[in-house]
Amino acid sequence: MERKFGEVVIDLQNISLSFGGVKALTNISFDVRKHEIRAIIGPNGAGKSSMLNVINGVYHPQEGRIVFNGQERREMEPYMAASQGISRTFQNIALFKGMTVLDNIMTGRHMKMNCGLLSHMLHWGRAQKEEIEHRKKVEEVIDFLEIQSIRKTPVGRLPYGLQKRVELARALAAEPELLLLDEPMAGMNVEEKQDMCRFILDVNDQFGTTIVLIEHDMGVVMDISDRVVVLDYGKKIGDGTPDEVKSNPDVIAAYLGTSH
Amino acid sequence: MSDSTGQSALDTFPRLLMHHARVRPNRPAMREKEYGIWQTYSWAQVAENVRAIACGLAELGFKRGDRLAIIGDNRPRLYWSVAACQCLGGIPVMLYQDAVAQEMAYVLQDAEIKFAVVEDQEQVDKMLEIHPEVPFLEHVIYDDPRGMRHYTQTLLKGLDELQEMGRIHDRNQSDFLNGEIDKGASDDISVMLYTSGTTGKPKGVCQTHGAFIAAAQGGAQFDRLSEQEDILSYLPMAWVGDHLFSFAQAMVAGFTINCPESGETVMTDLREIGPTYYFAPPRVFEGLLTQVMIRMEDAGWIKRKIFHHFMDVARRCGAEILDGKPVSGADRFQYWLGSMFVYGPLKNVLGMSRIRVAYTAGAAIGPDLFRFYRSIGINLKQLYGQTETCAYVCLQPDGQIKLDSVGKPAPQVEVKLADNGEILVKGPMLLKAYYKRPDATAESINADGYFMTGDAGFFDEDGHLKIIDRAKDVGKLTDGSMFAPNYIENKLKFFQHIKEAVAFGNGRDFVTAFINIDLEAVGNWAERKGMAYSGYTDLAQQGAVYELIRDGIEKVNAELASDPMMSASQIKRFLVLHKELDADDGELTRTRKVRRNFISERYAVLIEALYEGRKEQYIETPVKYEDGREGKIAATLRIEEAKTFPARGARQAA
Repeated sequence: MERKFGEVVIDLQNISLSFGGVKALTNISFDVRKHEIRAIIGPNGAGKSSMLNVINGVYHPQEGRIVFNGQERREMEPYMAASQGISRTFQNIALFKGMTVLDNIMTGRHMKMNCGLLSHMLHWGRAQKEEIEHRKKVEEVIDFLEIQSIRKTPVGRLPYGLQKRVELARALAAEPELLLLDEPMAGMNVEEKQDMCRFILDVNDQFGTTIVLIEHDMGVVMDISDRVVVLDYGKKIGDGTPDEVKSNPDVIAAYLGTSH
Repeated sequence: MSDSTGQSALDTFPRLLMHHARVRPNRPAMREKEYGIWQTYSWAQVAENVRAIACGLAELGFKRGDRLAIIGDNRPRLYWSVAACQCLGGIPVMLYQDAVAQEMAYVLQDAEIKFAVVEDQEQVDKMLEIHPEVPFLEHVIYDDPRGMRHYTQTLLKGLDELQEMGRIHDRNQSDFLNGEIDKGASDDISVMLYTSGTTGKPKGVCQTHGAFIAAAQGGAQFDRLSEQEDILSYLPMAWVGDHLFSFAQAMVAGFTINCPESGETVMTDLREIGPTYYFAPPRVFEGLLTQVMIRMEDAGWIKRKIFHHFMDVARRCGAEILDGKPVSGADRFQYWLGSMFVYGPLKNVLGMSRIRVAYTAGAAIGPDLFRFYRSIGINLKQLYGQTETCAYVCLQPDGQIKLDSVGKPAPQVEVKLADNGEILVKGPMLLKAYYKRPDATAESINADGYFMTGDAGFFDEDGHLKIIDRAKDVGKLTDGSMFAPNYIENKLKFFQHIKEAVAFGNGRDFVTAFINIDLEAVGNWAERKGMAYSGYTDLAQQGAVYELIRDGIEKVNAELASDPMMSASQIKRFLVLHKELDADDGELTRTRKVRRNFISERYAVLIEALYEGRKEQYIETPVKYEDGREGKIAATLRIEEAKTFPARGARQAA
């Protein structure tokens, strides 16, 4: 697949993160370009989720620079990530189990709602108009991810694979520029994985969303990503196209073990 | 422009469409649920869109007599494409949208398709896959552009773009399309519907405008259909039933068709629309009832008590009240209470509160099932017909409903029986020909102009037609008594735990059967009993499940024993299959009819085991998954015996 990528969206330079004496990330640099699907892989405890948390501001690295859309970023709070166009899904699903699919996805629009609490409670005037606008956007996402039939179903009653899809829907409802997916396919069967792959590719294609994903299924990663970063014990050991990474001896060693 | 408003001139579908656009421009012709909202298209809008598609097709070089393949779910734009094709004097050919590419290739070759309108990327991919085999395919037009951005093949075009082209064309030369519509004649072929291919390769059935209009008008008058009706269109467009109910009758009576949001939302959409006129094969009615029953089992005991009490009342007198027969005042009062507490809310949940007329056809419907719907006040009726007769031969008149008959011959239709019991039919709705198959046409229409249906049946004392089986499937046991496999299978399938059954016995000493369990019903039953199982194959082979199935078979045997013609056909030995019979594996047709010969070849080992008296048999079956990969299911199947009963019944054989 030959594709052209745009400018750098986020550039991570010499990031180091530690919790007390534990070094989670050591001197890691890589960038993410517009419209690409960037995978982060590595064995358990390699620091993948920490890396995502650095990108969306949950963790603040002790060292290094983050340049987001050409501006250096300092001490960002996680809620600011959403307003800057970064959405994410979680490794362990974080939806409101008792709420319907529709309401869950509506929460993804929260950042874009402008009316005050009172007018929303009265559901009157501008608030009503605003809600209709948001509902329209949400319905587009529902249509896109083909979850019309579960629109009014409480999330807790859905099978795991569909819950993952609802979580993706909520992230998409925020119309993100950068979408972070933390193991979107964990625990899915083959068919669900195929569906999810197709949706990720479609999102990337249709909306031009830049995607950073963590995934364990090597087949999936090698199939859908444009570039891959490989972490091991908090250090970067490989970076490049799937083919380059596959033939990188350090990566092979990390995954298959070496004989010392 | 054909400004003739007289009834006589409305003899083709395009003229009917333009007529509605003039007479009732603002009435809703179609609705489609999209983005969570029902979007309505008036007759004027539909006509405008159809014109645009027609002109667009003409611009691409579509000529009179060309065939247009149409593949996809029930989408308004696909129905418009059917009408647009007819405006140009072309012949629409609908294909089953869930067919695999290879099955489509056959129809595309047979009908020499140059143009195809398809729903989405999935169907486009199939067209591209088989393009090398059907090189004359020149244009593939897709409705939904999603995922199509990177397709660069020159034969692809979006329907939006085509309509835009057509609109400009229509604006510049508006006489063109009117002229084309004027050229149409009543005996032009209006549509080609492929038979399901229960036997051999599918054949294209050519039906004229006149035939379908006659069938639609007959049906509309019979049930007094008006422009006020609402119908939900969710059955495959390639099926004659959908074409009659959602296209021909809507065009004739001017009522509204409603397209569901997606295949999975049909139940919700049904409830939202509340159709007044409804058509479904028995399995849909059965599925609805099973869902209700499962949910009732889980309800609290007070609710369950009330439900069962009033269902007993309904069973006792509901159908009689619907038929206008005399019923005691006490029962009437009870039924009235029941309507308030149970039947009314139940109909509402089923989306059937507004139904005036509902039909079922395509397979036999179980007496309990049929009676259930009628007893809660839903006017469910049966009809009989086939692709070759526009699904219009017999209809049950209001108030004269018999469970085991398909009603009386419809208006303008003549039905008679051949010496061997085969049903012969004549009328304006007969097919013109099988496409490019004069031999098959000659074989199916006899010298007197009767179409030979291939079904065996007889008229009862009231002139109602009863169907027994396919005439060619009716065989004999070695002792010479009649063996009608379908008749037996249908009786078996009336049990909620049995999904499919295949009976064997022609030229044998006794009758045996393969059974397919219904995973939902049996699974629920197993759950209630606390049985553990890992999947379909495991559940099917459990001893308790065999007990359950044997129980059903023995009930059928008891029924068969009381019928002098059938008492020899009691099932002696049976087995439960390890996999569901599936159209993807060629075991069923796309309309879910059993392909008898194919199954007896594929499972020859099992049949031998049944007759040789073995206790179990090992089998390996290749299967095809939805994505086209192939795999294998292996299992050792138990074979068990069922009790049979001595022949009873004083009635003489008919």
